[in-house]
Amino acid sequence: MENFKIDIDADGIAVIAFDVPGRSMNTLTSAVMKEIPELVERIKTDETIKGAVITSGKASGFCAGADLGDMAGGVLSGGGDLQKAFDAGWALNGAFRALETCGKPVAAAINGLALGGGLEFTLACHYRVVENDNKIQLGLPEIKVGLFPGGGGTQRLTRLVGVQNAMMAMSEGKSFRPNDAKGAGIVHEVVEKGQSVEAAKAWIKNGGKAVQPWDDKSFKLPGGGPYHPAGIQNFMVGNAMLRKQSYGNYPAVVNLMKAVYEGTQVPMDAALRIETRYFIKTLMTPQAQAMIRSLFLSKQELDKGAVRPAGVPKSDPKKVSVLGAGMMGAGIAYVQVMAGIETVLIDQTQEAADKGKAHVEELLKKRLSRGQMTQEKYDATLALVTATTDYDHIKGSDLVIEAVFENREIKADVTKRAEAQLVEGAVFGSNTSTLPITGLAEASVRPEDFIGIHFFSPVDKMMLVEIILGEKTGQAAIAKALDYVLKIKKTPIVVNDSRGFYTSRCFSTFLMEGMAMLEEGYGPALIDNVGRMTGMPRGPLEMHDDVALDLSYKIAKQTALDLGDKYVPTEGADIVAKMVEGGRYGRKNGKGFYDYDTKPKTIWKGLSELAPTTKGIDAPEEPGAFAQIDELKTRLLYRQAVEVARCWAEGVIDDPREADLGAILGWGFAPWTGGPISMIDGIGLAKFVETADRLAATYGDRFKVPELLRDMAAKNETFYGRFAPEKAAA
Amino acid sequence: MADAYIYDAVRTPRGKGKKDGSLHEITGLSLATQVLEALRDRNDLDTSKVDDVILGCVTPVGELGADIARTAVLSAGWSQYTAGVQVNRFCASGLEAVNMAAAKVKSGESDFAVGGGVEVMSRVPMGSDMGAWPTDPSSAFPTYFVPQGVSADMIATKYGFSRDDVDAYSVESHKRAARSWAEGRFNKSVIAVKDQLGLTILDRDETIRPNTDMQTLGGLNPSFTMMGEMAFDSVINQRYPEVERVNHVHTPGNSSGIVDGSAGVLIGSLEAGRALGLKPRAKILGGASIGSEPSIMLTGPEYVSKKLLGKLGMTTDDIDLWELNEAFAAVVLRYMQAMNIPHDKMNVCGGAIAMGHPLGATGAIITGTVLDELERSNKSTALITLCIGGGMGTATVIERV
Repeated sequence: MENFKIDIDADGIAVIAFDVPGRSMNTLTSAVMKEIPELVERIKTDETIKGAVITSGKASGFCAGADLGDMAGGVLSGGGDLQKAFDAGWALNGAFRALETCGKPVAAAINGLALGGGLEFTLACHYRVVENDNKIQLGLPEIKVGLFPGGGGTQRLTRLVGVQNAMMAMSEGKSFRPNDAKGAGIVHEVVEKGQSVEAAKAWIKNGGKAVQPWDDKSFKLPGGGPYHPAGIQNFMVGNAMLRKQSYGNYPAVVNLMKAVYEGTQVPMDAALRIETRYFIKTLMTPQAQAMIRSLFLSKQELDKGAVRPAGVPKSDPKKVSVLGAGMMGAGIAYVQVMAGIETVLIDQTQEAADKGKAHVEELLKKRLSRGQMTQEKYDATLALVTATTDYDHIKGSDLVIEAVFENREIKADVTKRAEAQLVEGAVFGSNTSTLPITGLAEASVRPEDFIGIHFFSPVDKMMLVEIILGEKTGQAAIAKALDYVLKIKKTPIVVNDSRGFYTSRCFSTFLMEGMAMLEEGYGPALIDNVGRMTGMPRGPLEMHDDVALDLSYKIAKQTALDLGDKYVPTEGADIVAKMVEGGRYGRKNGKGFYDYDTKPKTIWKGLSELAPTTKGIDAPEEPGAFAQIDELKTRLLYRQAVEVARCWAEGVIDDPREADLGAILGWGFAPWTGGPISMIDGIGLAKFVETADRLAATYGDRFKVPELLRDMAAKNETFYGRFAPEKAAA
Repeated sequence: MADAYIYDAVRTPRGKGKKDGSLHEITGLSLATQVLEALRDRNDLDTSKVDDVILGCVTPVGELGADIARTAVLSAGWSQYTAGVQVNRFCASGLEAVNMAAAKVKSGESDFAVGGGVEVMSRVPMGSDMGAWPTDPSSAFPTYFVPQGVSADMIATKYGFSRDDVDAYSVESHKRAARSWAEGRFNKSVIAVKDQLGLTILDRDETIRPNTDMQTLGGLNPSFTMMGEMAFDSVINQRYPEVERVNHVHTPGNSSGIVDGSAGVLIGSLEAGRALGLKPRAKILGGASIGSEPSIMLTGPEYVSKKLLGKLGMTTDDIDLWELNEAFAAVVLRYMQAMNIPHDKMNVCGGAIAMGHPLGATGAIITGTVLDELERSNKSTALITLCIGGGMGTATVIERV
């Protein structure tokens, strides 16, 4: 065996070190999955082995779970043959079952993180010892990539901690720290670092039983199963909670519940077969395939700098200045110091600069109080921020990021003042969300070092950074900007200059489609509910309130001014204008499409006069009702996807990974689709174009697709096929 | 094909469905038995001529399990040749039993059949039989399952009934029920329930509060707010996205009461009745059931009524009295709104909000109630219907002879 080293001690205890060669972290690769049955067979049949301890041979952790690259690559697809797919899935599940029924005590010595299939491996052991290290996470996060635990997790965790707790852990994919895992009943023992193998051995020597609780005749499911008077509530309420969270968009969520519901009514062997069937079914859904690709594989690639220009030496930004200490600037300062970057936070008054630093302090204090940071580390991190009004402090910066008002003159002024302090090769980044970079770069003396670095609010939570290239931006600046983004542990995408760039431009179409529906006479509640049902984080009206209607209004005005005769007003812009002119700016002044003086917020009564509701949905008894709801959902998603396709055709973006991940992480595009490009590919170009054409004919030119899509449809191509990104740089 | 006629209808009074309810110490079997005994004794019935006893029961577990209908036939000392079957169409089980009995008579399968029902909610709590619909994700998910109260609140929200509207309906239900008792309108059907010694333990519906007013009702908390906010409001909102937010208006005060009770309706052909010297009271013109949207669940009566009236070639104008089970006030308000029926033709003797809803029995109870009322007020036709879990409606039209 390549992946498991066996060492049998004098007591006949086999210590099995899990160590995948050539990898920094153990995962369940197809090779590992093939070896596990062999390993189990050895434990079972080797007479010199009295018991076994499974641990990791790597310092990086126990096991991070299944190798999703292999999984997406189709190791479990059976080439479309369902029996073969089941057999492939069963190979692992059956081996884990064989392990727990091998007749010899098996303990897991968890000396590092154990996630997904990694944790499931340990759940098939009779005893679990974990080391007391707060960095160790134990959990089943599969749901985050459109899957659910398929290595026995749905059955074993449920039998260990009960339906409610297990469903919460699996449907949210949340991890447990060692002591929490002990408290929840997932592990048996927490020991000091480095002691897990000894503790596991001790358990075997002290007569540890080779029987899982669920194989004991007296076993009762904690909290009861589906037809237990108390247990039934977990299913009734659980089903509803899952729909509330998922809007029915994620097959994994329903299939997870089905596996638990059906599995808890039968003995373990049958339960595992049921789990395998639902797992295979889920893995084969387009949603799971697209989510694995975008949210895991592409993300991993972009996080490793897949789009960084080759040939530019790696840089390491040590000092970065931030101009403007508002919410944005302070947020940027926070993520910088968290990455150990010396940060100068500059504003016009010392008071404003200090306020920005206070925000950093507040965020750091949260970490301190949650025990995620030591006092020492806190002090050192906070000390990295200098709040000042003095541009002299910029000296020595590798990078300057301006996050001042969206006003060309102000931006030009700070650009000049900052560049005066910078040496050649230092980069100037503008955190503008709307103003074209090429125009802003005109204020720069070194436009080749001028670049857009667009953060999202709140900076500490939003994972994306959009890098925008001006006409003259050079390769070195791109590389340096990317090195910076990777250092602060955000996911970068690189886009070309365009009004609204990529994210703001496409996101605004979602808002405006909602405005258009309002103008057409659809009710505000319907629009926002349907918006949420598409998988977007919120409906277009409430989201527009959050973004601020006056901001939208100002941008439209500016655009009209900039474009002159070429300006075509967007459908729905009238409503926004009327709202703003009536003093309704959105959440920020408590008055938008909603009134915010009630809790929960309620739709503003006056809206029915501004935009009377004249259209509705047929009674659901009528067969057409679902189709009418679907039409609205289709409009909201297609409108965004068409804009993404236009960005592509215009050269704003050119990598499907960036387009997809940028959409999901940047503006919350429905994650179940894997992103707009995956959505188009998944629907199929021909069908997508056909639907978009119908929408354009019905609702207007905003649904018109670029010629590129017709060409692709004619050639039966996909984006991921025609524009296949090169494999990850790392 | 034969016609089906109603020869008699009896019911027990409805006892409060809690541990302190008068009927809590009487078994469900005893209630059903006393109904069958009364049908036999009042009509001097040769029970060997009754082919089948069909009893609705929504929670057929424990003492109500294992075919309570056949058990009651035997316990009542009926002919052993009389078969018995228990049916479950949730809240319309009792009416379904009536319709099945009528269908058996019409088809010639039975000469006489009893359609009735029994439920002892104080003893076998609602939901004790569990079931897959809300529990199994394979059914709960695609149907947007929510508890009935949330459905009723959605009906109120969607069709514009305020808390005051539903409370006002409730006040009227209690007023009508109290007046009906005072005027003796229920005397024909109600039999006194006897205890183990044969002494009367209950001879009146137990939950009527004649003095119910808006003020007392207004003080009650909505029953389904917590459950709704936990998750179910969102679920039904995904089915009815045009509604901003479910307004929870239903309370124990404007929803049907939880009670114990039983009822039976004796149905037979004209010929069979003549042979036993029985006088028919009404003809069953027809019955129907329908499925409706399951999440809002309780709008089926409108659709089944339209379906049945259409089949019978009748219009709403042809119906003198309407009986729709008062599961929740909004169900009746919406039905009157949709069907354009004045309140003075609807549930004229009060309904389940005042007197309670012994799930499996109610359909048979209200059949008897409206028949008595047709006779008392010298009217001719009535339509009886109930809303049903799972999104269904069942209805029956009768005509006095």
